[in-house]
Order: sequence, then C-alpha cells, then structure tokens
Amino acid sequence: MKKEKELLKGNYAIAQAAVEAGCQSYFGYPITPQSEIGEYLSTKMPELGRAFVAAESEVAAINMLLGAGSTGVKAMTSSSSCAVALMQEGLSFIAGDEIPCVLVSVMRAGPGLGYIYASQGDYFQATKGGGNGDYKIVTFAPASVQECIDLTYKCFYVSQKYRTPVCLLADGMLGQMMEPAVVGKYPYEEIDQSSWALTGADNREPRHIASIEREEETLRKRVVKIFEKYNQILKNENLFEKYETEGAKIVITAFGSIARIAKAAVKMARKNGLKVGLFRPILLNPFPEKIVQEIAQKVDGILDIELNCGQMLQDIKASIAGVVAIPIKFYGRPAGVMMTVEEIYEQIENVYKEIIEKKYGTACI
Amino acid sequence: MDSNVLIAGFGGQGVLFIGQLLARACMNEGLSVTWTPSYGAEMRGGTVNCTVCISDDEVACAYVAEPKNVIALNAPSFAKFESKIKPGGTMVVNSSLVKSAPSRTDINYKFVPMTEIAHNAGHEKMANIVSLGAFIKTLPVISKDSIVNVMRTMLTGKKAIMLEGNIQALDEGFEAVK
Repeated sequence: MKKEKELLKGNYAIAQAAVEAGCQSYFGYPITPQSEIGEYLSTKMPELGRAFVAAESEVAAINMLLGAGSTGVKAMTSSSSCAVALMQEGLSFIAGDEIPCVLVSVMRAGPGLGYIYASQGDYFQATKGGGNGDYKIVTFAPASVQECIDLTYKCFYVSQKYRTPVCLLADGMLGQMMEPAVVGKYPYEEIDQSSWALTGADNREPRHIASIEREEETLRKRVVKIFEKYNQILKNENLFEKYETEGAKIVITAFGSIARIAKAAVKMARKNGLKVGLFRPILLNPFPEKIVQEIAQKVDGILDIELNCGQMLQDIKASIAGVVAIPIKFYGRPAGVMMTVEEIYEQIENVYKEIIEKKYGTACI
Repeated sequence: MDSNVLIAGFGGQGVLFIGQLLARACMNEGLSVTWTPSYGAEMRGGTVNCTVCISDDEVACAYVAEPKNVIALNAPSFAKFESKIKPGGTMVVNSSLVKSAPSRTDINYKFVPMTEIAHNAGHEKMANIVSLGAFIKTLPVISKDSIVNVMRTMLTGKKAIMLEGNIQALDEGFEAVK
C-alpha cells in the first residue's frame, strides 16, 4: 500500500526513519535544535523492545555507539555542533575500528556555544573532523524533510555495507520545520555482519576489534583499505542534484537548506534570461571532485553560496585546481539570519554581469 | 502561487495549531507547504509565532524575514510584526485585544473582533479558528472545506466533541470579513 504524505517535522522524520530502518540502539544527550529526535525515540524504542539510552554526556554517547556498533546492529546517535565537537575522539576510533554507525548532526550556529539558529558552519566539522589520524566521516546533506527520511535510510545502508561511520548533516531549519513527506519502507538490502561482529564467542573463536596496529606495514595496509572503501562509496553511493546546468554559463554550488533557496534564485535568474544552473552535492564526503570538474569545464564561472564563511568553497577550489582556470566567487556569511531568494538572486546577477561582461562584453548578457 | 503567512499570539492561543491546520489543508490540496515555529528563548505566557509558506512550486525557504501576511491575535504581536509586512501585504488583526490604530498605508488591514466572536459563540478559546476563517476569506489560498476536512481528521476520539464548535468558529470568522 502506498503511504500517504504526512506533515512532518524534520527531526521527527529522521527519528521515524531511523526506527523504520531498523535502528536497534540509540544513544544521545539533548541539545537544540535536534532534541525531538531523542524525544521521539525515548518512547518509541522501548515500545519496540529496542535500546534507548539517555547518555550522561556526548563523550559517553559516542563511545556507547562504538560499543553497540561493534555488535553489528544498526546504531545511531544525534547531536549538534558544540556537542558533536565532544564526539570527535570517538569518531576517529569508530572509523579506525571500522564500525558501522550513524551520527545525525543538526547544525546550530557557532563557534563555541553559538546559538540555535540554522547554520552551515559545521561543514568542516563533519567532512574534515576533529579526530586524529587519516579517516573520513562519510557525510550526506539533506535539503528537505523528505530527504531527511531518504538519507537517514541511505546513512544506515552505507554504514552497514562499508562498515564505516556515516553522518547525516542537517541544520536547524530542516530540523524544526514541517513539510509534507512520506516515511516509506527501508529500501535497502540487509547486510550480513556475522563474519566480524562481536556477538559472543559461543561455538566460535573469540574475536576482537581494535584500531591499534603495532606492525607498521599492517597499519599502513589497514588505513589504505579504509581509504579504498571511501573510493568505493564515492563510486557507488554518490548522490547529487543538477538543475539547469546544461548550457549554463555560471553554476551555483550550494548544499543543504541553502541549496533550496539558491534553486529558487536560479529559477528567477533563468526567467530573467540569465544562463545559470545549480549543482548541489548531497554526498559531501568523500567530495565528488570529478563531477565538479566536469561542470567547471563547461562554464565561465562558479558562485558558491553557503551560510558560513566559506567551507565547501575550499573543496570546490581544490576540485578544479589545475584542471580549469575559471573564477570562483563566494557569497556567504555566518549564521544568524537566513538568506532570502531575493538576496541570492542579487548576488547571482552581480556575479553573472561581472564574469560574463569581462569575458564577452555587455552585448551578450 | 507563492505566499506566506506569519501567525502570532500569546502562548496558549493556538497559534501553532492553526498554522498546522492551514499547512495540512494546503498539503491535502497538493500544494508545497512548510510550517516553521519561532523558537529560541520562549517563555510561558509570552508571544509565540509560526510561519506557513505555501507554493505551487517548491517552497524555497521556510524562514521569512518580511512576511506577506500576518495574523495578529494579540497586541504584542501587532506591535512586533506590523512594520515587517511586505508592502501590499495583509494583516488580519484580533481587534478584541488590539486597540492600536494602524500606522501603515501600504498594507491591507482586516480588523475582526475574534475573541468576542468566539466568546459569543460560546467558545472563547477558539479565537484562533475565527482568525483562520477570517484569513482564508481575506486571502483565499485554500477553501473553507479543506480546513474543515483537516479538522475532521485532527479532532477525533475525545476531541471529537470540539469539532462542531470549531467549524462554527471557522464559519463566523469567515463571515466576519466582508
């Protein structure tokens, strides 16, 4: 039976999707703007005979996640900004231990305690991380409540399939707003974890999981193997949205909720005859460099828009460095006030005029 | 269509509820819609607001700095949002509680004694529903029937006894705007 659309808040959508995905254990400590996730799961998980633990701190929550994930079950935590900061050591260990688990990070505005406004200031935190060593946190960024559901499913699947921590990177706007969406069935196959999971050594040899490797060659190989997984994830699990990029002279790059505002501005620009398109990476880490390169080779300039001081911008620049020399403009600011369609449109118009006039002269605009 | 309305009043007046009622009705009509509460350091008895954005395309942004329309259920909300409305916009005001005179000439005002209407109908707590009736008459983004249909799905079980009163309040708000 096809399920009907419901009016759902982003945070509840994520929580419901986690339940539907078969999440067996949740560990968390409340923080706005994501507290509804824990609130929902605190009643739903016990009802279903699953584990809900109100951890005493975020450090405890991330290490509980490590423990639960090591048994092969689907496990999740959710948090925000300054509290995700506390989890960085644990994330490095989870990545090093190759443990599947999901972290939902609903960004608030920082640095420090900041406040609960929607922000994109934790792109770096999610994709570069603060933990030690060579590792990546695979990161997906939704732009709607429906995507909060679909990508929660994707996070569980990718984490289970590749034995890696995966982050769903949302923000205060997505977490707090309601929008029509459908919580459909978990669409992915179940992954058998029995070959490695710590499930008790009854009738089998004992196993252990650790990130420590004393042999230098073994350690090297281990990290190489982990990075090979990131290549596979980029190859097999990449998700992105391209809008009106065909024939565009300028492409806007944006992610998450800012991308939906940018999309409306691109529509406005197209109506006014400006050849503008939008590229929205949904998989943020590993970053889809090749696609950015392909797009960059066909346009005269890129305008990156973010609600931060220029974070994904660095990945855009790194992607096309040495491949094509086009201007990369940036429009962004620290969080506090949400961007408007008109504001972004104005930026598009200015950048378009500047780049296109320089290249072709005014007659071509 | 691309419109939005900010609904504001005292905590307890049912501001968030009528926002969701409107949003659900829009959803059922196949429109794109978002509902966003004001949030931050809110306190009991303080003012509360929510924004509903409606579009027949995708809704771009759920936050609105300058709303096209405002429903003000109390005086602090009138004071706070009157100046923020986009020129050409509409303000539907609960004149039972708002005694200030309008200060702008570039927006439309609809003064409706919502609390009084609700009280006379025997349901003082339904001033919010009266305001929604007045709003959809002023700005026909959605039909009255669509709202009633959502009420029927939201007011079930123990709440079912409130259904008739709510429908009456909606009707009276609708009729109060000429």
